[in-house]
Amino acid sequence: MNQTKAAVETEPVVRFRGVTKSFAGPKGRNVVLDNVSFDVPRGKTTVIAGGSGQGKSVTLKLILGLMAPDSGQILVDGQDVTRLRSSALRMMRTKFGVLFQGAALFDSLTVFENVALPLRERLRLDADEIEKRVMATLDQLELVGHEGKFPAQLSGGMKKRVGLARALQLDPEIVLFDEPTTGLDPVMTSDIYDLFSRTQDRIGFTSIIVSHDIPKVFELADQIVLLNNGEIDVFASPEDIQQSTKPHIREFVEKTMVNCDEFS
Amino acid sequence: MLIQEEKQVRLPRIVMPFAVIGNYGLYMLTDLGRMGIYLILSLIGIFKQPFRFRELLKQLHFIGTGSVAVIFFTALSSGLVLGLQGYYSLSKFGAEGMLGSAVSLTLIMELGPVLTALMVTGRAGSAMCAEIGIMRISEQIDALECMAVDPFRYLISPKFLAAIISVPLLTAMFDVVGIFGGYLAGVKLMGVNSGAFFSGMEQSVTNHDINLGIIKSFVFALLLVWICTGRGYFVQEIRGAGFGAESVSKVTTQAVVISSISVLIFDYLLTAILL
Repeated sequence: MNQTKAAVETEPVVRFRGVTKSFAGPKGRNVVLDNVSFDVPRGKTTVIAGGSGQGKSVTLKLILGLMAPDSGQILVDGQDVTRLRSSALRMMRTKFGVLFQGAALFDSLTVFENVALPLRERLRLDADEIEKRVMATLDQLELVGHEGKFPAQLSGGMKKRVGLARALQLDPEIVLFDEPTTGLDPVMTSDIYDLFSRTQDRIGFTSIIVSHDIPKVFELADQIVLLNNGEIDVFASPEDIQQSTKPHIREFVEKTMVNCDEFS
Repeated sequence: MLIQEEKQVRLPRIVMPFAVIGNYGLYMLTDLGRMGIYLILSLIGIFKQPFRFRELLKQLHFIGTGSVAVIFFTALSSGLVLGLQGYYSLSKFGAEGMLGSAVSLTLIMELGPVLTALMVTGRAGSAMCAEIGIMRISEQIDALECMAVDPFRYLISPKFLAAIISVPLLTAMFDVVGIFGGYLAGVKLMGVNSGAFFSGMEQSVTNHDINLGIIKSFVFALLLVWICTGRGYFVQEIRGAGFGAESVSKVTTQAVVISSISVLIFDYLLTAILL
């Protein structure tokens, strides 16, 4: 019994097996993932990097079952997402917290109501308990005093923090971050990553980060997945990337990392 | 990685029109299937727990109360015009006494349900389409799904229920105000006998006529809320809509046009079947 539990705990939480995804375009089909396979280790941070239009956000949507692949399997805790019925898919999604690129806050709800939404809709807690939990989260993310504001009244960084607060409300096992620092200044970017590290230390979730913010985001990575023209390369560390001899990886290193002291 | 595959197959020029029509036909079938499933899920969502009573009230206020003024003025002007036109036509046959009957039957069976649906489509349908379209492109609907919250129960079904409740009530108001307009034009302006106006109405309007108007208003409510919210929900799937804000504006226009035309087509079909 204990051996089984230990096996589950060491098993990758997300597995891509021969996944292909393409989109119809005016000049033919654009293949963004071509027979891609990789694992996301449990409790670790996996960074998905690559240029624009390389399928980073698509990868997140495939994991969540918001899109279906053309072929291949996507396993979350051993369950094939591509074969789940809608009710089972909904249950599977309770394992996830998602911070969307634009935070995806509900415009007509206040900060408090946005963060309380998953508690109200999923756990159906009473009002006092919801208030206690929401205010505790807002306190951790330094958002107290802004709970009555609407998303339109918040700065970009605050919206991201509210999005993070909402993503973490149900104590997710896996948190997906889609470009968490896009459009933020360097100070705010640093704050977001500090917040991310602290929260992960405290809760211990598995995280998958899609980001352009290289090399900053690589400091957090336990594993890096590089997407390039439908193919992927998986690296255990940023140093491994720098040692790669593949031409497109060398080009990526030269463009993004060579002059960065943080990365030596 | 770009793969140029089927595009490489060159069709003879003579079959190209058929290929284009076939391609468009397939797209239309896919779209219809998608919208059909959407309608079923939206109707099922009405009965799912927990029931969003506050959201229903908000939508009732938006679709119903918010449309009262526009329905009032449309009904009043329609009734006034009907009164004048009806008087002009009927006086040629010396049948001015039938004015009450003509005005009330026209309003209850035709103009009331149709104009109410068109006004609600223009005022509330377009807003619902734009709201849901923006929620779709800004990933708010994806966020709901990621929180394992059913977007139909949470977002769409309250709009369906509110429209199904509001539109028949607005239609009833349209009929009453319209008849009052007809009375003002016919009796107060043109001098038709008041007793003849109301007794003609009482004798000619049957339960069947009222039921036809009510059935039409229910069907039109369902049509307009289905098409307007559905177009917004599938804003990213609609061919030629483009992306971002442009796609929402194009799809909103499309929703209002399709919804209005559907109301007119279904008006004919329902009249032909139920009259």
